[in-house]
Amino acid sequence: MRHVLNFFIFIFFLLISVSAYSNDTIQEFIENNHKLIAKSSSKTVDPILNDIKKYNQDDVKKFLILWKSKELSIIKDSSLIVYTEKNEDTIIAYDIFQNNEIGKFTKKQLKSIKPNSGVRSKIDSALVEYQILDEDINVRRESLQSLKRDIQKTHLKILRKAYENEVDINFREEIYKVLNFAILKFSKSEQEKLDVLSYFSNDTSLEVRASLNNLLNTSDILLTNNKKITGNIARKIVPNKTYKKNDGTSNYILSSYSSNKPELTYNDAYDLLSINKKVLPRITKKIIKDSLVLNIEILKNAGFNINSLNNDLNRLDAYNYLASINVVPPFITKEEIKSSVDKFTFYTEYNEISSQVTNKTKETLKNINFRVNIYRYIDLFVDGISLSSIYFLGAIGLAITFGVMRVINMAHGEFIMMGAYTGYVVQQYIPNHTISILIALPLAFIITFGAGILLERLVIRHLYKNPLDTLLATFGISIALQQLAKNIFGTQARPLTAPSWLDGALSINDDLSISYIRIAIILMGLLFLLLLLFIMNRTRLGLEIRAVTQNPIMASNMGINPDRINMLTFGFGSAIAGIAGVAIGLFSKVTSELGTEYIVQSFMTVVVGGVGNIFGTLAGAALIGFLQKIIEWFNPSNTLAAQTYMIIFIILFIQFRPRGIFALKGRVKDV
Amino acid sequence: MKKFIILLFLSFLSLKAYADTIKVGVLHSLSGSLGISETTLKDTMLFMIDEQNKKGGLLGKQLEAVVVDPASDWPLFAEKARELLTVQEVDVIFGCWTSVSRKSVLPVIEELNGLLFYPVQYEGEESSKNVFYTGAAPNQQAIPATDYYLEELGVEKFALLGTDYVYPRTTNRILNQYLIDKGIPESDIFVNYTPFGHDDWSKIVADVVALSADGKKVGVISTINGDANIGFYKELAAANVSADDIPVVAFSVGEEELSGLDTSNLVGHLAAWNYFQSADTDINAEFVAKWKEKMGEDRVTNDPMEAHVIGFNMYVKAVEAAGTTDVDAVREQMYGLKVPNLTGGMAEMLPNHHLSKPVLIGEILEDGQFDIISQTEEVPGDAWTDHLAESAVLKSDWKDLGCGMYNTDTNSCVQIKSNY
Amino acid sequence: MFNSLLKDTNHRQVLFFCITIILFSFIITLLSDLFSVNFISTSFIKTLGKTLCLCVIALAMDVVWGYCGILSLGHFAFFGLGGYMIGMWLMYKRTEIIVLTASISESLPLTPQEISDAIGNQIFGVVGGSEIPLIWANADNLYFQLAMVVFIPGFLAFVFGWLAFRSRVTGVYLSILTQAMTLALSLYLFQNDSGLRGNNGLSGLQNIPGYDDTSQSVISIYFFWASALFLILVFIFFFYLVNSKFGSIITAIRDDETRIRFLGYHVESYKLFVFVLTAVISALAGALYYPQAGIINPAEIAPIASIYLAVWVAIGGRGNLYGAIIGAASVSLISSWFTSGQAPSISLIFYKIEWVNWWTVILGLGFVVVTLISRDGIFGFLKRIFIRKV
Repeated sequence: MRHVLNFFIFIFFLLISVSAYSNDTIQEFIENNHKLIAKSSSKTVDPILNDIKKYNQDDVKKFLILWKSKELSIIKDSSLIVYTEKNEDTIIAYDIFQNNEIGKFTKKQLKSIKPNSGVRSKIDSALVEYQILDEDINVRRESLQSLKRDIQKTHLKILRKAYENEVDINFREEIYKVLNFAILKFSKSEQEKLDVLSYFSNDTSLEVRASLNNLLNTSDILLTNNKKITGNIARKIVPNKTYKKNDGTSNYILSSYSSNKPELTYNDAYDLLSINKKVLPRITKKIIKDSLVLNIEILKNAGFNINSLNNDLNRLDAYNYLASINVVPPFITKEEIKSSVDKFTFYTEYNEISSQVTNKTKETLKNINFRVNIYRYIDLFVDGISLSSIYFLGAIGLAITFGVMRVINMAHGEFIMMGAYTGYVVQQYIPNHTISILIALPLAFIITFGAGILLERLVIRHLYKNPLDTLLATFGISIALQQLAKNIFGTQARPLTAPSWLDGALSINDDLSISYIRIAIILMGLLFLLLLLFIMNRTRLGLEIRAVTQNPIMASNMGINPDRINMLTFGFGSAIAGIAGVAIGLFSKVTSELGTEYIVQSFMTVVVGGVGNIFGTLAGAALIGFLQKIIEWFNPSNTLAAQTYMIIFIILFIQFRPRGIFALKGRVKDV
Repeated sequence: MKKFIILLFLSFLSLKAYADTIKVGVLHSLSGSLGISETTLKDTMLFMIDEQNKKGGLLGKQLEAVVVDPASDWPLFAEKARELLTVQEVDVIFGCWTSVSRKSVLPVIEELNGLLFYPVQYEGEESSKNVFYTGAAPNQQAIPATDYYLEELGVEKFALLGTDYVYPRTTNRILNQYLIDKGIPESDIFVNYTPFGHDDWSKIVADVVALSADGKKVGVISTINGDANIGFYKELAAANVSADDIPVVAFSVGEEELSGLDTSNLVGHLAAWNYFQSADTDINAEFVAKWKEKMGEDRVTNDPMEAHVIGFNMYVKAVEAAGTTDVDAVREQMYGLKVPNLTGGMAEMLPNHHLSKPVLIGEILEDGQFDIISQTEEVPGDAWTDHLAESAVLKSDWKDLGCGMYNTDTNSCVQIKSNY
Repeated sequence: MFNSLLKDTNHRQVLFFCITIILFSFIITLLSDLFSVNFISTSFIKTLGKTLCLCVIALAMDVVWGYCGILSLGHFAFFGLGGYMIGMWLMYKRTEIIVLTASISESLPLTPQEISDAIGNQIFGVVGGSEIPLIWANADNLYFQLAMVVFIPGFLAFVFGWLAFRSRVTGVYLSILTQAMTLALSLYLFQNDSGLRGNNGLSGLQNIPGYDDTSQSVISIYFFWASALFLILVFIFFFYLVNSKFGSIITAIRDDETRIRFLGYHVESYKLFVFVLTAVISALAGALYYPQAGIINPAEIAPIASIYLAVWVAIGGRGNLYGAIIGAASVSLISSWFTSGQAPSISLIFYKIEWVNWWTVILGLGFVVVTLISRDGIFGFLKRIFIRKV
């Protein structure tokens, strides 16, 4: 139906364009087609783009570029299409080609012409032949870019010419690649295609795979009762037994537990037959029901108890009765369906005629996919590292306050949040993103350090003997801080924009890429790890912290002030959370609930890794991060499931290693 | 302590003061995760009520807003709705945001025969006697946007990304069937759900990019809600996904949501709504100017706000026509009422309690506004989608059939109350 | 006999409590819509009924934490599960009635498959499905679902507790684990595939199947009374439990677990018993609570809910049953009053304090203060003042 409609539309525009031929200037052509230009659609734009080519090249180019870049307007009264410039309150309209002023208009008198991106890409595609040979290499490049998206048959010739004329060696190579895509798509020569396939055999890029996969497109399912089938057969389909593979071939399903679903069930196959008018339509449950309802009087008269028709068996009986008196077509049993279906062969053909080409494509794709899979595993690994580093950043402050001091700080997440908001506030005053981040990091350190010390002095120090009470008191702090943040900054997420040199991603190829911001976070995690190890193991402060946590009384006998050390340690742990907050805010968002998202995970990271050990926290973060990514890998459509299973795994893990991966040796008193 | 409890107690008691005003309940969260979106709607209602009072009120009485805060908590929505109807005795309620909050309020409002105007785009498959849906049904947003993908952009492969809750689930279910009917094989439809506020988008974006490996043009239909959009668009920008290669059309991203984002990397991605602030009409220019004058220069207007504006104007007209605020009388007057859309043309209230509104598709601009590239004629909202077999036979007509779930096959009313 | 009962302070306390609650219930009933006094609205009756259920779970929390020393940050998971189990029946039955009523007008009676399809479509249509998941297989059976209210949370508590106590996870570790458990459960329920309607949850629970014609003002009174009676029962049960030898043992476990273990008691079994028992009681409270709330969804069992529970008990006074009730009732009622916007804002010269925004801050800080000043909460504080006076 759609094709028929398209055909009529085509004829319609053909007529319009015929009338256009009688005019001789491009200006008049545009005027005649103003409706289609002003309200363009990619369905209707093709004839215009075809017909306009017969006019002066420069004019056409100019017009198409203006049209594409949404710089044209139409004057509502006269339907004249003009080029406009805004001048304070009024808009000055110019003639497109002569550049002379037509008049001044208000906004209401004009309607700007906005082609949608489908139309724009068609215009781009039409512009190719003018631009690919342009003097400016940037124009050529741009033109090739847009050509790649939508290669048309006419482009084959243009590309060959462009390839021959190109002087820039690198760009010539790029054209060659696109030319090869065009050859695969439109060339008639089998040999040429085979050559291209050899050329692509080592290329794993997405566009190459896309282009090769296109060669393996198959027809709809065909059927025949001939035993012998000819043509470039992609696959034979056995109902209930075979499934479709990605390369268009089929394979038998080996076990009923396989995740592969049969491509056709017997019912599907039978329905296909009936669509092709080979057999009578299948009698479905719905048809049975509808026929019974329709003929209910007949059934009543025949003595059927209508109330008993509340199950499929009785309904079938009634239907068979109706069939027996020829009111409805006879029911088709399972056996009949099977025997009809078995008489036919179901198969599909490749759209590509040459089996040599398709075979070589399959082989090439297999090689490419093997490599792609390796890249994907590496990518999974990189993703795992990235997520682990985020968890590590979230948990590292806790590794100190909880891991070393054994203080349960439920407000830890709020310190992360504070850091993130610090970054946001700094960015409000310092627009340069690089500088603002450089200022935000130490500022976040100072602010959260102060907040940490305040919290330790006012609350935690009174509760060292009751860890559970600390938990509750710091929870109170946590909800108070969270609400405070809401009152100050609102509930909406605030942007914390990364400096522009962190935009984009490091892509090794299409399957292996990681955004710079994640690399930065991984590096930051590493830096923290080293810093922490240095402070704990190589400085006086670290020594004193370790002494106080191991035995405060002995430590104070040795002249260390445990009070002071506790305060500093807690402040230090909080400050690290603050810096982590800036980093986390950069890659996600800043909200008042930022902390809650990380708190449970962070605690689990520390617990899984083993309390009192910084490497433990690292191991915990790695375990949780990788685990989550691997579960996601198996079940990509459900991220929540990954989190659920991960937590369940952790609960079980702790049952078997209650002290975490890196358990402290020796006697450890319970917290 | 004792005194305090008594005080507390007294404040709960229903004090029935019969002042001569028409009470308008505003049931929008002012706190919690939806607070920011809904506060704007509360402001809109107060703004509209204020304007109406300046014009001399309604039926010679002043309008009085009764604002309560359900705090983004679904059970609290039901509790507050009951409070509004029984304690405050409001004549009409404007409120709710997510579908869950609406479903929570439904039983209360049907039991007490209240009147609710619901201003947000939603998944359809519902028609309550007591609710007027002024937001878009799927056929006024999702289906036209998908058509745009299919016809204008030539998308052949679809990634349906959504937050895991009722609106994306139902919308994607409808779209899935719609695409299959349009000849897109099921294997070319990739569906993914993420939790509210999801952060880690790198894998999902990479998966979407990888979809184009088989040479088909990929398009993303996003029903991602709220904050999660920030991370999603950030990752999209980082992966250098240009709107020309893989376009993203969003159903829950409007001017308000974009104001929290740096949009320079998102230029060209799409959104489908019934209203954009950039709509080029006099009535919209006037509304935007008044709104900015009252609320501040940096405040934007968006689609649910327009829905409330239309809903409120309709309510005013219906009350004037009925001469009373009695719910049933007002409802009778609502059918066929027409008020102007801010985007041009007239919105008409249909017997299925939905509006007819034009569908707009906009491209994101650098400044966080939308460039409208497609605007249809008014599309009548459809309570029950035509694209699912079990809903296609259902019809809603409260005017003549008096039923919101009428089975046209058996010619019977399935149920009078709505499903929740 | 009655006299001798009264002589025992313990019995007298229980009697006093029962009479107070019953009197309170009577007064509320008399002032309600039911007798056209209209002094108390239906929505407030519902709030009170729900508060009574919260008092029950607070009692359970008090026993498991205040008496036995297990700071569980996951008891709301059991509360929610109880709600879900009863919610399944309420929803299924209600929908079944609708479907069957509608089928009368059809010319053919429906097949069992068609009935279940129609129900499935009604319940799961909104979340993008139409098939009834396996876990709903017996949802039409009230007794089965009631059994599930006890069994599912009890089983979860048993498995979790057995694993945790067996490997001697205690103290803070246990708290974090219980928190992880409730997080995992809520994330699981947030998934649509869980078969419990994902984020949408179960709704319309206030409509009791078969009582369609009964108005909510009556139903709310029923539930209010049921909640009050349940609170009384649980109070009596816990009161005698903690004052028995068993109570002494669990209190001793709280104070020094190792010593009790060396005395020959099997500490793990005691802890497991208390954990499972309180979980089941929480679940029953949940099953009473959610038909009054009308909707349950996974957000209800997010970790924060359980932490709030601990907060109520701590503020009221842990290790004391009255304390738990005072804490739960006062904090939840005052919270809902302040956050509902009914409390008048205070205008300072430079800033307007809106309680909606500041209440949580005050609650949080107040909680810190209680923890710092009076470990046994408001009740302990009052008791000390009272005793000093005497």
